[in-house]
Amino acid sequence: MASTIRVRATANGDTTEVQALIQHPMDSGFVKDAQGQIIPPHFIQQLTFEHNGKAVFLANWGAAVSKDPYVKFSFKGAGKGDDLKISWVDNKGATDTTTAKIQ
Amino acid sequence: MRVRAILTSAVAALAAAALACAAASAIAAPDRPDPVADAKAFQNFFTRKFPKVKYEDFVNGPYSMNEDLHRQWEEKEQFPPYEFALEAGKEMFATPFKNGKTYADCFPNKGNGIRQNYPYFDEKEGKVVTLELALNRCREANGEAPYSYVKDEMAALTAYMAFTSRGNKMDIKIPDDPRALEAYENGKRYFYTRRGQLNFSCATCHVQSPGERIRAEILAPALGIMNAMPIYRSEWSSMGTTSRRFMTCNSQTRAVPLEPQSDEYRDVEYFLSYVANGLPISGPGARP
Repeated sequence: MASTIRVRATANGDTTEVQALIQHPMDSGFVKDAQGQIIPPHFIQQLTFEHNGKAVFLANWGAAVSKDPYVKFSFKGAGKGDDLKISWVDNKGATDTTTAKIQ
Repeated sequence: MRVRAILTSAVAALAAAALACAAASAIAAPDRPDPVADAKAFQNFFTRKFPKVKYEDFVNGPYSMNEDLHRQWEEKEQFPPYEFALEAGKEMFATPFKNGKTYADCFPNKGNGIRQNYPYFDEKEGKVVTLELALNRCREANGEAPYSYVKDEMAALTAYMAFTSRGNKMDIKIPDDPRALEAYENGKRYFYTRRGQLNFSCATCHVQSPGERIRAEILAPALGIMNAMPIYRSEWSSMGTTSRRFMTCNSQTRAVPLEPQSDEYRDVEYFLSYVANGLPISGPGARP
């Protein structure tokens, strides 16, 4: 299956701008389906961006984050061609990881 | 002498007849549907109402109406929310059916860059055929179950087909067939007829009030509104097809939505696409 993570990281001088889109239902656990049954909570709990083994962005997420979340941030200290590793873990223990080259 | 007199009276009679003819046609003209003049008037209405909006920008719906929203959208387009659907659609489009054929076999030019020709009037069937309908017919012809017209797979497939047609100018034809003209007229009538508890027509929001707010949303202009289909709506947090858009529009005005791909919906899509002829395809779109 295709990765659930889309990343674009571009270095501009000293600063690297990162944009990421993650495919995840992010069910809060407060919503009912068409049959009136609660949709069980299912959301990403931790999202990590690592550069050279060092976390440059760490998010502890909860039920309030939207479906298919989008993240944008920038950090210093990386250059073109470096690897950026992105991973998430959700409340059911599922996880996905991908590595992107900084452009 | 007598010959000349007869000639003069004959000429006079001819002239009178010609006058009568001209008068009759002048009276009959406004009743005859004239899609070419309609489209011109429709486009002029919007360009006059919004002189600052770049013509091609009308296909971007609410973003053409509000600068702030336009900036947010430009940022969003760098990483659009329809990307997952687009990728799924591309994969589905290339995956063969059980009989080994693919969607490409059902469409001209293998389904690439043809969004601008839909909907078209099928002279054999005597009805309007939309892209969604054509896709499901393709599935059924190949022994596959049809998809829901509203979202998911259908939206992913149409998203991919729209994407390969981006920038192509809408090119809807009304063939020389009274039934085609009737379908166009029927769609136009549907568009301008008030319905539902709120007594809104499609035109109430999308002709009279584009750029105005309806609660937190900014209303899109009717001109070019089909060019962006299908759309990812943040409100739905998913993709939706033209059918889904029509149905939710109906229920939002507290009217009873029709069945997806019913004749009226097909006709109104035909009308709206025809009057947007010449505007580029911008779908799949992202909307608030």
